[in-house]
Amino acid sequence: MVLSEADNDLIKAIQGGLPLVPRPWSEVARQVGLAESEVIERVRALQETGVIRRFGIVVRHHELGYHANAMVVWDVPDDQVEQVGEALGRQRCVTLCYRRPRRLPHWPYNLFSMIHGKNRERVLDYIDQITEELGLREIPKEVLFSGRRFKQRGAKYR
Amino acid sequence: MDDIDRKIINHLQGGFPVTERPFRDAADKLGLEEEALIRRISRLLEAGYLSRFGPMYHAEKLGGGLSLCAMAVPEERFEQVADQVNAFPEVAHNYARDHKLNMWFVLATETPERIDQVVEEIEAATGHKVYNMPKKEEFYVGLRFRL
Repeated sequence: MVLSEADNDLIKAIQGGLPLVPRPWSEVARQVGLAESEVIERVRALQETGVIRRFGIVVRHHELGYHANAMVVWDVPDDQVEQVGEALGRQRCVTLCYRRPRRLPHWPYNLFSMIHGKNRERVLDYIDQITEELGLREIPKEVLFSGRRFKQRGAKYR
Repeated sequence: MDDIDRKIINHLQGGFPVTERPFRDAADKLGLEEEALIRRISRLLEAGYLSRFGPMYHAEKLGGGLSLCAMAVPEERFEQVADQVNAFPEVAHNYARDHKLNMWFVLATETPERIDQVVEEIEAATGHKVYNMPKKEEFYVGLRFRL
């Protein structure tokens, strides 16, 4: 999708957040020099094309009590990765799930899932559960808990 | 934080209406007043429970590059390398993890081509190999949290 200059202005204007007022799009419209109705139309179009994945609350999970996060990585045979990835992605405790390239010989894992929980024990329980339920016991995996968070600024665009 | 705050957080991680009076429309569904919803979201933001109220973008569709990278950094050099890596504005976040590959960071760049350049620059700055693992397929990207 090719974004117009107006779209880019809009994307930039709201990336830090929507004004918390009864008619937020009217305020955004003033900032970018468009009509409120046009701003609403463009934002809807950006949602439809998937440029905006979702709109609303973005939480700070640490502050909400999700103190443990594990990156669980799996070495799934290539012809099964699709099926396993989709099954993992459907689990409620899985917050992200991607296929990524292996980096042999040091890194044999091709499926990455993030699991967040209140603490490590809880996260390990989730992992046991999904391993059993999805029949993944034979699939080699590793659990990489996060230690310190050194930086979190979120991505900024333009 | 009370039950109403939790309800707001559980229901508004996505699905916010894009209408002239979005807070009123969302509040109706939650059985709240528009003004109360705005006030509560403002308070949750100020208290630091939320990082923002707004869009989550698809980096690649915006024309940008995004990748997950890892490095194996000797323990005694960890702090120094973390500082060197974090000094790059393209590093969106960086976590220490328990593994031989012990530093994991996300690169978000203005163009896809810039990813490889930044990887090289980080290798040059730190003297350590960067394992670049861009996603090949997405299965789930919800990143939603229930309270």
